[in-house]
Amino acid sequence: MAVTLSERAATHVARYIVKRGKGIGLRLGVRTSGCSGMAYKLEFADAAQPDDIQFESHGVKVLIDPKSLPYLDGTELDYAREGLNEGFRFNNPNVRDACGCGESFNV
Amino acid sequence: MALLQIAEPGESTPPHQHRLAVGIDLGTTNSLVATVRSGLAVVLSDDLGRPLLPSVVRYLPDGEVEVGYDAQARQATDPRNTIVSVKRFMGRGLRDVANHEGLPYHFDDRPGMLRLHTVAGVRSPVEVSADILRVLRQRAEASLGGPLSAAVITVPAYFDDAQRQATKDAARLAGLPLIRLLNEPTAAAIAYGLDNAAEGIYAVYDLGGGTFDISILRLTRGVFEVLATGGDSALGGDDFDHRIFCWILEAAALQPLSVEDARMLLTRAREAKEYLTLHGMAPISARLNSGEVVDLTLSTETFAEITRTLLAKTMQPVKKALRDAGLSIGDVKGVVMVGGATRMPQVQRAVGDFFRQEPLNNLDPDKVVAIGAAMQANLLAGNGRAGDDWLLLDVIPLSLGIETMGGLVEKIIPRNSTIPTARAQEFTTFRDGQTALSVHVVQGERELVSDCRSLARFELHGIPPLVAGAARIRVSFQVDADGLLAVSAREQTAGAEASIVVKPSYGLTDDEIALMLKDSLLHVREDAAVRALKESQVDAQRLLEAVRTALASDGELLSADERARVDAGLLRLDDAARGDNRRQIMLAMDDLEADTKDFAARRMDKSIRQAFAGRNISEIETVALPARREEAP
Repeated sequence: MAVTLSERAATHVARYIVKRGKGIGLRLGVRTSGCSGMAYKLEFADAAQPDDIQFESHGVKVLIDPKSLPYLDGTELDYAREGLNEGFRFNNPNVRDACGCGESFNV
Repeated sequence: MALLQIAEPGESTPPHQHRLAVGIDLGTTNSLVATVRSGLAVVLSDDLGRPLLPSVVRYLPDGEVEVGYDAQARQATDPRNTIVSVKRFMGRGLRDVANHEGLPYHFDDRPGMLRLHTVAGVRSPVEVSADILRVLRQRAEASLGGPLSAAVITVPAYFDDAQRQATKDAARLAGLPLIRLLNEPTAAAIAYGLDNAAEGIYAVYDLGGGTFDISILRLTRGVFEVLATGGDSALGGDDFDHRIFCWILEAAALQPLSVEDARMLLTRAREAKEYLTLHGMAPISARLNSGEVVDLTLSTETFAEITRTLLAKTMQPVKKALRDAGLSIGDVKGVVMVGGATRMPQVQRAVGDFFRQEPLNNLDPDKVVAIGAAMQANLLAGNGRAGDDWLLLDVIPLSLGIETMGGLVEKIIPRNSTIPTARAQEFTTFRDGQTALSVHVVQGERELVSDCRSLARFELHGIPPLVAGAARIRVSFQVDADGLLAVSAREQTAGAEASIVVKPSYGLTDDEIALMLKDSLLHVREDAAVRALKESQVDAQRLLEAVRTALASDGELLSADERARVDAGLLRLDDAARGDNRRQIMLAMDDLEADTKDFAARRMDKSIRQAFAGRNISEIETVALPARREEAP
């Protein structure tokens, strides 16, 4: 079981954390909400929870709560640019279908 | 799929509910849009990676509109339809615009705000600004991947109500969800204050393309308070360009230029100015339409020399703002530099020399305002991290009040009050049976209405007919976070109400504001004397009114002898009240009061309350009278 960051995503995350001035890493997760059932959680992490599963990818610590992990296993978080827009993208092999915009999904 | 940004712990928004917020610096020369992305404020660039959008709009005959670099490039060839520095026209009449004769536009002076004739038709400055804002909105939506839900636009601290309202109108026209106007120096302080988390007194020296602002701020535990503001809305980097332009004309001994040549040389002048920021010498060469060739070299020293007076001009408002805040140079802990023009080495030096310290300039002076605005927008949109709910305090530049009897001003909100604010004061009627009141809202520091600026008038009807001075009318002033004023008046017993939102038709220039402030200081003594005289005159009128009313209803209570004495006293007081000898008025009032003392006692016995009850007098209207502690005689 693993979740990874692309090198580009890791560079951006590391830079954001430095600018922010605090934080031990990145927290990924899923929540049940949205038009297709599940939605991603992408947050700065200030502290690890006792049952967090931790990964390290290109020097960035990634924290995931155990309930979210099955839905995210194998995911690579990438940083992409689409025209003027830029941001993070979940490349998640577990997704069966997603809503049009991809902000929420089903497994 | 959608691209996501990193949220603060626990702050992930549900899908499709991102609150995309931007801050916009709508500048005289350049405009920018910024947002907070994954916790970091960034300026959004266009598809060629350029962060600035020149605030230049060109109108074409087919109705097309060019904004930014394209328009700027055509400035020299199509000056009449290429509007630059439109910010100077916002909320202004033609006579408010300095040197408008020298501008290449077809102006149309309308009451309120001027208009510009272009090949595409008549445009108001609000529409031109909206065209700039629209491009920024589209850039932001393309960059953020969705429609915006909140925007903060910055304005110079000295912008008056008319200019702020014009900016709001432009935002609405451009389809921006404007949630707050923010003073530019305050935005800069947000960008610096939060990034550096430093407490203390700060000066924000903002020399933009066309405006100069100085603000004295106090930062304490994340709270920004503007202690004083000052500035000059007709002084900026453009003027430095103009000095170089004049120097070129002189050095190259040029004949009067065509509009196109003048524009081109102004562009060369600006390029030379920017070049001198990093170099000791700037070459200036141009071939004019007239065939003349310009080939000159401008040195840093010469540039500093020809712009010395401009720098001196910025220091006057700085000194005044410090004085206003009751501070001296030694109290200022840091100086924040804002605006591209502060890149000029002589500006850095002059400011450093004045404050006896190196100014802060570690943020890009062109971007710092937009970045602060973006942080504020992000917070107001509800995207902030917990504990980030800082408060912003701005001040109003001139006192607000209403006219009272005798043409006097009763100040309700004093100058430099922090906003948003609300204050109320009680007023009363001047005449018996008065059923309406005229509320005249004025702005300024002087004691007389004629020396202040009229903002609005409205009438309160439905006051129950009562004896003069008995009605209680509460006048409330409310200034919102954008500096816009709402005034309401409410009669306390019957509950009649009237109100107005002040959107002044045109604004005061900074010079006028500065002049009004100076005048108020120069005329302190004189104003106090005039005020005292007017107050006695109003008191005298009130006494005359009261005695005449009493005579009309209860004249039979006096003997012929007594009546003659009272009549004579009335005449004397009437005469005195028309003159300007305050002592004489006071003496005549004392005499009349003495002569009517017995009369008043006898009337008491007759129960004056009944005498006045149910009197039906046709509606009489006067302006307000401050409610007195003691009753009228």
